[in-house]
Amino acid sequence: MAVQVEPGSGDRGGEGSRAVELAPPDPPSAAVPTAGDIAAAAEAPVPGYHPELERIEIQLLLEGIYRHYGFDFRSYAYASLRRRIWKRIDADRLKTISALQDRVLHDPSMMERLLLDLSINVTAMFRDPGFYVAFRRDVVPALRTYPFIRIWHAGCSTGEEAYSMAILLEEEDLYDRTRIYATDINEVVIRKAKEGIFPLDRMQEYTQNYLRAGGTRSFSEYYTAMYDGALFAPRLMRNIVFSQHNLVTDRSFAECNVILCRNVLIYFDRNLQQRVHKLFYESLPIYGYLGLGSKESLRFSGFEDNYEPVDRREKIYRKIQ
Amino acid sequence: MIAVGASWGGLKALRAIAHGLPPHFRVPITFVQHRSKESAGLRDLLQDCTALIVCEVEDKQPIMGGYIYLAPPDYHLLVDGDEFSLSVDEPVRFSRPSIDVFFESVAERFGPEAVGVVLTGANEDGAEGLRQIVARGGRAIVQDPRTAESAIMPRAALRAVPEAHTLPLERLTPYLISLATSDESMRPRRGSNDEARA
Ligand SMILES: C[S@@+](CC[C@H](N)C(=O)[O-])C[C@H]1O[C@@H](n2cnc3c(N)ncnc32)[C@H](O)[C@@H]1O
Repeated sequence: MAVQVEPGSGDRGGEGSRAVELAPPDPPSAAVPTAGDIAAAAEAPVPGYHPELERIEIQLLLEGIYRHYGFDFRSYAYASLRRRIWKRIDADRLKTISALQDRVLHDPSMMERLLLDLSINVTAMFRDPGFYVAFRRDVVPALRTYPFIRIWHAGCSTGEEAYSMAILLEEEDLYDRTRIYATDINEVVIRKAKEGIFPLDRMQEYTQNYLRAGGTRSFSEYYTAMYDGALFAPRLMRNIVFSQHNLVTDRSFAECNVILCRNVLIYFDRNLQQRVHKLFYESLPIYGYLGLGSKESLRFSGFEDNYEPVDRREKIYRKIQ
Repeated sequence: MIAVGASWGGLKALRAIAHGLPPHFRVPITFVQHRSKESAGLRDLLQDCTALIVCEVEDKQPIMGGYIYLAPPDYHLLVDGDEFSLSVDEPVRFSRPSIDVFFESVAERFGPEAVGVVLTGANEDGAEGLRQIVARGGRAIVQDPRTAESAIMPRAALRAVPEAHTLPLERLTPYLISLATSDESMRPRRGSNDEARA
């Protein structure tokens, strides 16, 4: 089964009314500025400190990017977006967010650079070894009872996580009957993932992670050192389907026994997290597993009651209703 | 929000602060301590010496009074409205969590209601963030370098913010308490788990 790919399929049609509603509403607890606040902001008792104005500029920038280019960052987590937007402004020696907006809207190469800044693809093999230990212990026994296993890595970046899972499943004798769907919004990382070549200088770190993750062989069996990188064994790739998929706009593509989405939702605001959790919920059967990043939790997802914790610490959950 | 950054030698200093805070302390306080990915026991070591609840932050956790928040290892910590948020962006000056990243977001969010505290450490993280807290009307406190296990970080902070209040460790907590009781603007406006204001 192929993953549905709909590049740039922003649901623009239904969003017409968005024009007046420039940004997702603030979370209910955030205060609407009063006339007094605005007067105070205009006075700016501290020179240069205009948090409300900055928020408006960022919302206008994101709205412009969405309407002109179709990339939808409007519901991404604000603090982190803000930080990366300022990095771009400083790198290009601009002064204001509005100046960046001018450049981004009139110069596609500027959009490309900003896009790279906004997409954080940091990843590692066997990141959080404890997660893989728990997965072997608590999830693998259940998977053994299935004739065919589907695993979805949502937001897989350059693929290290998917290869780690392939290694684990091979060691557990389950890989032959597994299909791993590994998806990311960013085509560039998907292309890299398909190559299966990772930086040599990280192999030492990955070897340690692998051992602490409960690896049973010698890690060097899995790759060939070449002069420009470590090429992972082609047999690991054979059951992985890498494809572009946008968690914000694209739909579910298959029912999966396991969904892993680690360190992706932290970049979304609460509303968007809840929408994506709905997508995951709908893509899992009863007793399907959901694995999140080590500091992410279902607490604010709106679906907490639909899952039971399998390993609280490692954020592995099982759908129960 | 009181934002505290520490690196080398920080455990002792953070324990001293946690120990000195009274159970009714209602200003949210956050510790960002450099540490390795694997170190998991810090929360418990801090909890052992305070009546406040010590809590390692999870993504989107609401910010409330009555807690000591601790930045988790291997993530950057930021404040986002009335919540914390996390990121795995590249380390900044080899650190994740980065004190600068946290302080900058605290400066942006809390402006004059922010207090930045730089403690012992053997690098220069925190100096730039402290400068931003002050630029946005917040307060700066630096551990007296002569009393710090490593003086490099407090010295760098003092170079960036020469007007920062400099205090030896044992006078730091009493000072934070006096700030919290005298300064109405530092009290959380919402979300305190103790709505009754003194
Ligand atoms: C920090 S990486 C996490 C990689 C990996 N899961 C890990 O934990 O090591 C976050 C990834 O999420 C992807 N991402 C961001 N927004 C997305 C979206 N709307 N749909 C799918 N992937 C997205 C980014 O392109 C990036 O590769």
